[in-house]
Amino acid sequence: MKKAKHKKINWALYVMLIPGLFYLLFNNYIPMTFTVIAFKKYNFQKGVWGSEFVGLENFKSLFSTRDSWIILRNTVGYNLVFIVISLVIGLALAILLDELKSGKAKRRYQMSYLLPYMISITVVSYIVYALLSTDTGFINNSILKPLGLEPISWYSRPKYWPFILTAVNQWKWLGYNCIIYYSSVISIDDGYYEAAAIDGATRWQRIFHITIPIIRSTIITMTLLQLGSIFRSDFGLFYQVPMDSSALMNVTNTIDTYVYRGIKSVGTLGMSSAAGLYQSVVGFVLVLLANYVVRKIDKESAMF
Amino acid sequence: MVKKDKAFLIIDNIVLILVALFCILPFVLLFSSSFSNEQAILHEGYSLLPRHFDLTAYKYVLNGSNGIIRAYGYSAAVTLIGTVLSLVITTLYAYPVSRKDLRGRSVFSFLLFFSILFNGGLIPTYMMWTGTFHIKNTFAAYIVPTLLMNGFYVIMARNFFAQNIPSAILESAKMDGAGEFKILWSIVVPMSKPILATLTLFISLNYWNDWQNGLYYVTKDNMYTIQVLLNRMLLDTLYMQQGLAKNMAGSIGASMPTSTLKMAIAVLGALPVMIIFPFVSKYLTGGIVVGAVKG
Repeated sequence: MKKAKHKKINWALYVMLIPGLFYLLFNNYIPMTFTVIAFKKYNFQKGVWGSEFVGLENFKSLFSTRDSWIILRNTVGYNLVFIVISLVIGLALAILLDELKSGKAKRRYQMSYLLPYMISITVVSYIVYALLSTDTGFINNSILKPLGLEPISWYSRPKYWPFILTAVNQWKWLGYNCIIYYSSVISIDDGYYEAAAIDGATRWQRIFHITIPIIRSTIITMTLLQLGSIFRSDFGLFYQVPMDSSALMNVTNTIDTYVYRGIKSVGTLGMSSAAGLYQSVVGFVLVLLANYVVRKIDKESAMF
Repeated sequence: MVKKDKAFLIIDNIVLILVALFCILPFVLLFSSSFSNEQAILHEGYSLLPRHFDLTAYKYVLNGSNGIIRAYGYSAAVTLIGTVLSLVITTLYAYPVSRKDLRGRSVFSFLLFFSILFNGGLIPTYMMWTGTFHIKNTFAAYIVPTLLMNGFYVIMARNFFAQNIPSAILESAKMDGAGEFKILWSIVVPMSKPILATLTLFISLNYWNDWQNGLYYVTKDNMYTIQVLLNRMLLDTLYMQQGLAKNMAGSIGASMPTSTLKMAIAVLGALPVMIIFPFVSKYLTGGIVVGAVKG
């Protein structure tokens, strides 16, 4: 009996896991322990473990700067705006697509919406530059000039950037959001619509009383999961699209760009690693919380 | 009623077309600008139709001595090697954890899950790869950090294996004396083409489009990929003028078509992705739907 059980252990399966386990160890688990540098005064010569322990000093200096408030406001603020707008646009496009009759047209629209999703944020930055460059940009030369308006030096005017970044983000992600909602809209049983048609329901009634209530769980799940990552930001969008312009820092600096800037200048490495740890921990708690709520609403959609 | 329906469809199509234009026109601007004459751009700005159709920018790009072709080669090599390695390591991890009879399965699943939920962040990862592995300015810097095994992709593959490969088939293969590696290679892999195709697409896109690993770990300009080169040129106009010009001294001098050249290189950065797009959009949409909630 014991022998038979022993035979069941299939070592080949464990061998398969080895490369992945090593990767998790070096890429994820050992670096997790390095987060202790947030509590140390990092000294390059002494390394992570040898550096002097300073307790909460880094956190104190981080939270005493104005930066800590700005990066928090920007990260959370942009995310909230993005969540609401991508829900509205993604859902609206999905419903509009579903109303079409021709399958070919549906596919064509979907494909054109997905094009921006495919390209790198570096290429996106060039496109934004082609639009906004002060001397050669499309907007200054081909829109403002014919209207008799003065050219705007976009890359040094912070007040426009909340709108620009929101537009760029939508441009890149609307196809993705549309497809997620579209896939759940098309899964609705036609029987509901037929019954509604017999009852003489208008198009609006159909959308608000059938479509949206039925795909409610997708909407809630997507929103909660995005809320769970409200402490994260798309580094490329906030660093590269504004071309790292220091004039715009007030409205473009997020936790991720702040942490990256810490690598470049040793003076702020302590505060940056404190910010990084703060992001990881709060982010982790938020994901757990979001998942807990999703689980209550729709067990199928929960991540775990 | 019918008339009303028609009116709605027209408005519906108009809205959808406007959104499509919003998505596509910026690409037209990018392409047209790269095919324009430098002087015309300097005077009248980038435009939706090429200004004085001109291939000068592309001539500079294709003049092999300036490093752009080399960067292109780097991108291709990174994408190819990275995708193969990543697919192998992902499949090798996903298959055992998809097997219900694997002892300790929940531990291996948890290790994967937790790595998605919590990460040390950029600075610890950076210290690991540069301090312990001295990955700076090596080819591995593009392949290994963060990108090599994405937890979400492992979960997608695991779920596919668990749902689509009947354990009866695995059992009978074992009866015939096939080893686990043989089963994985000759039964599981051929049966999992849809998910493997989807993952290949997403992984190769991530490698082709990646510029962050280059930004963090590569400082030598003869090792740049096209995306890293693009990033560097955008943020550092001086680099654009000096870096490219020093390699082509004499042949261009001060007359380098900076404005159009920028756009030409950006076009090249997006081109492979746009060429494959019509052929892979089915997998792309499928992958987004599967990965959405779980990824």
